[in-house]
Amino acid sequence: MTSLTTAPAETLIDSSTKFQPERQINQIFRWLTIALAVCVGLVLLWITYSLLLIALPAIRTFGLGFLTNSTWNPVEEIYGVFPQIYGTILSSFLALLFAVPLGVGVAVFLTENFLPPKILTPIAFIMELLAAIPSVVYGLWGIFVFLPAIRPILQGINRAFGWIPFFSTTPGGRHLFGASLVLAIMILPTIVAISRDTMSSLPPQLRQGSYGLGATRWETITRVLVPAGLSGIIGSVMLALGRALGETMALAMLVGNANNANISWFSPASTIASLIANQFGEASGLQKSSLFYGALILMVLTLLVNILAQMVVSRFQQVE
Amino acid sequence: MNPSTRPNSASDTLENNDIVIRTENVSIFYGAFQAVRNVFLDVPKNNVVALIGPSGCGKSTLLRCYNRLNDLIPGARVEGKIAYQGVDLYDPKIDPVEVRRRIGMVFQKANPFPKSIYENVAFGARINGFKGNMDELVERSLRGSALWDEVKDKLKESGLSLSGGQQQRLCIARTIAIEPEVILMDEPCSALDPISTLRVEDLMHELKKQFTIIIVTHNMQQASRVADMTAFFNAEATEGGSRFGYLVEYDKTYNIFNAPKQQATQDYVSGRFG
Amino acid sequence: MAHSSSQSAPLDNQFAVSSGRKMFGNIMTALVFSCVAIAAIPLVSILFMVITKGLGGLTPAVFTDLPPAAGVAGGGFRNAITGTLITCLIGALISVPFGVLTAVYTIEFGRGNKLSQFVSFCTNILSGVPSIIAGLFAYGIVVLATGTFSAVAGGIALSVLMLPIIIRTSEEGFKSIPRDTRLAATGIGATNFQSVTQIILPAAMPFIATGVTLALARAAGETAPLLFTALFNQYDAKSIWEPTATLSVLIYNFAISPYKNQQALAWVAALIVVLLILVVSILARIVSRRKVY
Repeated sequence: MTSLTTAPAETLIDSSTKFQPERQINQIFRWLTIALAVCVGLVLLWITYSLLLIALPAIRTFGLGFLTNSTWNPVEEIYGVFPQIYGTILSSFLALLFAVPLGVGVAVFLTENFLPPKILTPIAFIMELLAAIPSVVYGLWGIFVFLPAIRPILQGINRAFGWIPFFSTTPGGRHLFGASLVLAIMILPTIVAISRDTMSSLPPQLRQGSYGLGATRWETITRVLVPAGLSGIIGSVMLALGRALGETMALAMLVGNANNANISWFSPASTIASLIANQFGEASGLQKSSLFYGALILMVLTLLVNILAQMVVSRFQQVE
Repeated sequence: MNPSTRPNSASDTLENNDIVIRTENVSIFYGAFQAVRNVFLDVPKNNVVALIGPSGCGKSTLLRCYNRLNDLIPGARVEGKIAYQGVDLYDPKIDPVEVRRRIGMVFQKANPFPKSIYENVAFGARINGFKGNMDELVERSLRGSALWDEVKDKLKESGLSLSGGQQQRLCIARTIAIEPEVILMDEPCSALDPISTLRVEDLMHELKKQFTIIIVTHNMQQASRVADMTAFFNAEATEGGSRFGYLVEYDKTYNIFNAPKQQATQDYVSGRFG
Repeated sequence: MAHSSSQSAPLDNQFAVSSGRKMFGNIMTALVFSCVAIAAIPLVSILFMVITKGLGGLTPAVFTDLPPAAGVAGGGFRNAITGTLITCLIGALISVPFGVLTAVYTIEFGRGNKLSQFVSFCTNILSGVPSIIAGLFAYGIVVLATGTFSAVAGGIALSVLMLPIIIRTSEEGFKSIPRDTRLAATGIGATNFQSVTQIILPAAMPFIATGVTLALARAAGETAPLLFTALFNQYDAKSIWEPTATLSVLIYNFAISPYKNQQALAWVAALIVVLLILVVSILARIVSRRKVY
């Protein structure tokens, strides 16, 4: 039988047990990354907690009535955000109404080879640039270019269809409808990007199968591809909704900041985010606390929408 | 044959060779699934030991246990004892990083780092606390892997710019540079052309003067050309339909290919398998 | 048999694409093209207006002077340019190490485990947090605590918005590195720390650089988080613990101001911000093409 060498073997145990700075460094590094990873979750909690802390006096004073009260009166210190909740939801809804068909259309255009890739790539890139333009620039453009440009059209609609409650007021300089249109432009890239990813990641067999059965391109798109990618598209819409709900600057600059919940889309309105942006500078005490209460509502609203969106999108990815 | 019985220990027939790695009744599990069953295998110093057998026989799985790379796979578990120079590699006191510094590995697919050729070789030495003359070590390692003449004028170029065969020799140089005792090679030539393969095989004959080599290979000719000892593994299906691997026969390479004791080995080496 | 052959002529017709189906296709194609056109109009209009209106007011004084009082001609916003750079830098100093190390955990240490999945989920949620909320958060934890509006508060608000972008792009970068490369480092005895710092981080650098530039581009245009944190300053801020002017807040303030000269400066500032962002986005795109693998 052969002999076993023992001398270097001891060094394996020795070197494994003796103090080595690099082993220590590795452990510290590992724990550091774990700590920071956990902190990402904690930041979310911290944000909610810090809002809650400042909002507490307003929550104690107004309770849930804050959601249904339409008064914003700093003199008598009575606050409620019903018009803002109405404005936030209505503006987001109107923005989706325009952006979803447009966005899905562009996504189909970008994935279904209507034009050679040489032309499509720059168009896709331009869509991404649209997302990179800051919202304050959209606001600036809205004030000086877009709102003046659509004003005559809206006035025409008002004259012709004024009997419909949505168009019943004469459009002035700022109004919910114009702000919603700008919002639609701003959320368009989100819808395009995710719908496009969804459509282009559909298995090619779907397409081939449909063409193989003699379907035309458009029958394939509308009956096979869009239904197959529906959950991805819905996810993109939800993410866009999350963005629209929280959008601040463009709305603060365009929506008119009127504290009323008017049925007419052509009248000035207000959203939670625009209210905060407008009032925060002069606010103190209970008014500031009420603004944080509003922010908390906005936070919860966007969290819910985003969590739902994540669930829809990740379910699509699993199916895929 | 009953896989749990110990095959003829090849070390009986070996002369005064030291055993570097002793594999005693090793089974390897992934979760509840047993991938390799009851292996006994002793690796003598300064030998090339080839592990051959059909795919799914667990030879690569076993190889990766020798430097604890299986630790990276969640749920992987080793039973039995793998002793490196008398020390149990899976002793809780042992730091797997230390094991890998003594038992280096060359992979199936050449995987140079996205760094210069020089840095590829120097990286391992540097992290091992090498304090000597780095230029000299890099040159020695590249010469050791028969790559020096081809790259000496472009040491600053990316390791990824080399051809496949050169990349694999760079990986061998990288492993030599950490001056391990044992080099594990997991099908190092399977992605190479015949000429590069021949180069690497020649290299192994040189390397075994200094190192002990365990090589997994699909290629029986390669095993017969480079290995001093050969272990033949086979796979068997369980009642549940999953397959586990076991060691059929381990002997001098000449015996495995010319006078195998087991019928299965005879069938495999003569190509009458499966 | 006779029956089917007698039907062969109508069959041909039956399988030809009917004119109705053709028309449906043409209408849809036209619709899709008009979608693209409608989507392109605003972008073209914005770029055109920003460039024409911005170029008109672009003078050297813009970079050297302070913001003018209402109705006074001339002036510039050198303080806002430096302020934007400083707040973005502070945001990056916080979010880049935080984000990259978090990605190291989710990909290198805990890939696929419960904690990484949770972190990825939180990252997605964090990226959906409205920017004004990030501002209120920084107001709550910095401005209230220090008693002053400051570039630091602004930077912290921006870092909340930059963090998810940096985590995601770093994760993409780490994922792009083949498993073989990690095995190679581990196989020759590198600790995780050594393989991350010496192999994986350098190889993932193009991705991380892309992420950082994209995050900076976003931060440079953000206004809402800065309104109540960095606030604004008519003059140069003397330290990072003072109210600080930024380009985006300047655009907002001047856009809603009734004075023509201030409105004109808002367009110039918009031009600079948009150019900055477009250049950075395009650069990021070029950098990300230069992949190691």
